[in-house]
Amino acid sequence: MGNRIGLEVSLSAAEAVKMANVDCIAAYPITPQTHIVEHLSELVNDGHLDAEFIPVESEHSAMSVCAGVSAAGARVFTCTSSQGLALMNEIVHIVASMRLPIVTILANRSLSGPLSIWNDHTDVMSIRDCGWIQVFANNGQEVFDHVLFGFKVAENENVMLPLMIHIDGFILTHVIEPVEFWEKDQVEKYLPVFKPVHSLHPDKPVTMGAFGMPFIFSEAKVAQDEPLIQSKSVITAAWKELGDITGRYYKPVETYRNDDAETLFITQGSYGDTVSLVVDELREEGKSVGLVMDRLWRPFPFNEFRDAVKNADNLIIIDRAISYGGQGGPLAIELRSVMYGEKNQPAITNFICGLAGRDMTIKDFKNIYQRAMEKVKGITLEEDYEYYGVRGK
Amino acid sequence: MAKTKVDLTWQELEIGAVVTSPGNASEYRTGDWRSLRPVWNRDRCVKCGICYIFCPDAAINETTEGWFEADLYYCKGCGICAHECPTLSIKMVEEEE
Ligand code: SF4
Ligand code: SF4
Repeated sequence: MGNRIGLEVSLSAAEAVKMANVDCIAAYPITPQTHIVEHLSELVNDGHLDAEFIPVESEHSAMSVCAGVSAAGARVFTCTSSQGLALMNEIVHIVASMRLPIVTILANRSLSGPLSIWNDHTDVMSIRDCGWIQVFANNGQEVFDHVLFGFKVAENENVMLPLMIHIDGFILTHVIEPVEFWEKDQVEKYLPVFKPVHSLHPDKPVTMGAFGMPFIFSEAKVAQDEPLIQSKSVITAAWKELGDITGRYYKPVETYRNDDAETLFITQGSYGDTVSLVVDELREEGKSVGLVMDRLWRPFPFNEFRDAVKNADNLIIIDRAISYGGQGGPLAIELRSVMYGEKNQPAITNFICGLAGRDMTIKDFKNIYQRAMEKVKGITLEEDYEYYGVRGK
Repeated sequence: MAKTKVDLTWQELEIGAVVTSPGNASEYRTGDWRSLRPVWNRDRCVKCGICYIFCPDAAINETTEGWFEADLYYCKGCGICAHECPTLSIKMVEEEE
């Protein structure tokens, strides 16, 4: 392995993009993603990375440029956040149907309004159904590893889909963490040169992004959904290979002290690290608690999730986004559906918390645990979901 | 072509639904869209070819005698030819007629 360096997570993410030897970066700066693109523009400007840096005038253009570059057969990266993602939304969906293996980091930030620059998962959930492979990285090292993993999976000839890495804005992007860099030869071995299946070239003209009449649209959609579902085997193989190189083995669903736990917290993103400490403290108090972290969001790892929670009586699902007028947070809605019809269906409580960067401390998660226990014992009314810590609620 | 586009299964589509054979838009039957059909009155037509030039689907062909007529495989019934004809030689009629 390479050096272990203390570096801001955004900068190490940019260094990983450099190691992936991308041909092009097209991006527009937006808080809290800014440091990633700034550092990439420096790397290109200073000659450390031989790539085109295209400073576009909007995120819609950023993803459009990525589409063009990828269609031409080159490796391309972009990153954005919240409103930027909202602005590029149209093309985000299109590149998935065009099967262009673009890798994007989304520095997770709340969608306005009210206007906010801070972290939650409302932007993530706004593109849940965009057809990309989506993974959560929970710390700086995971971000670094997943940039290389991202290109490896996306560009696999049986996958050929764009891939988004979710990282919590500020909580990760602006924090200095120790990150172990890879050696150049390790990257070269892990990440082969991108070989596009189709590319725009005058020698072999093709039409990409043609319109689809009703007679072919449904077939085109199945031809998009199937490889996303099937990509799971490529994803797990890429994680295995990454583990063999780095010693860090990632899984679609990560678990912590879950086997014998009566109650499980379910999280996505960097909250997992905080909640693992909560689990330790509650265990010391004699409570039977564990943690399950969803890393792979799309394609959703149904079997792994069901297996991780099979011994639990209660699930406390932590959501960081709202489905207005729906049955709770998007994660809870999904997981209730995943667990529906299972033999030993656990009691599911759902808390929406930490919106727009509001701090969630160990004490807050302990309060949530307390509240969840009251609910499952029928002490308080069981509602589908609860906003945690909202004044007046 | 052994199989027409309409019979393609999802497995038979190229990755990203890429179209690999150039020029195959000619296989696309825009005539299906038509509810009105252009009918030429050769008593009035002066063979100026304006209808031919204006047809957005290039669906109008010239006969060996210099008359013009629509290829109904492509003619989508937009009526532009009838609108542009300076001698009012083209009438749009309901498909059922
Ligand atoms: S109706 Fe429209 S498509 Fe048909 S021949 Fe006239 S101009 Fe062309
Ligand atoms: S525009 Fe009218 S007059 Fe001219 S060729 Fe066509 S039908 Fe005849």
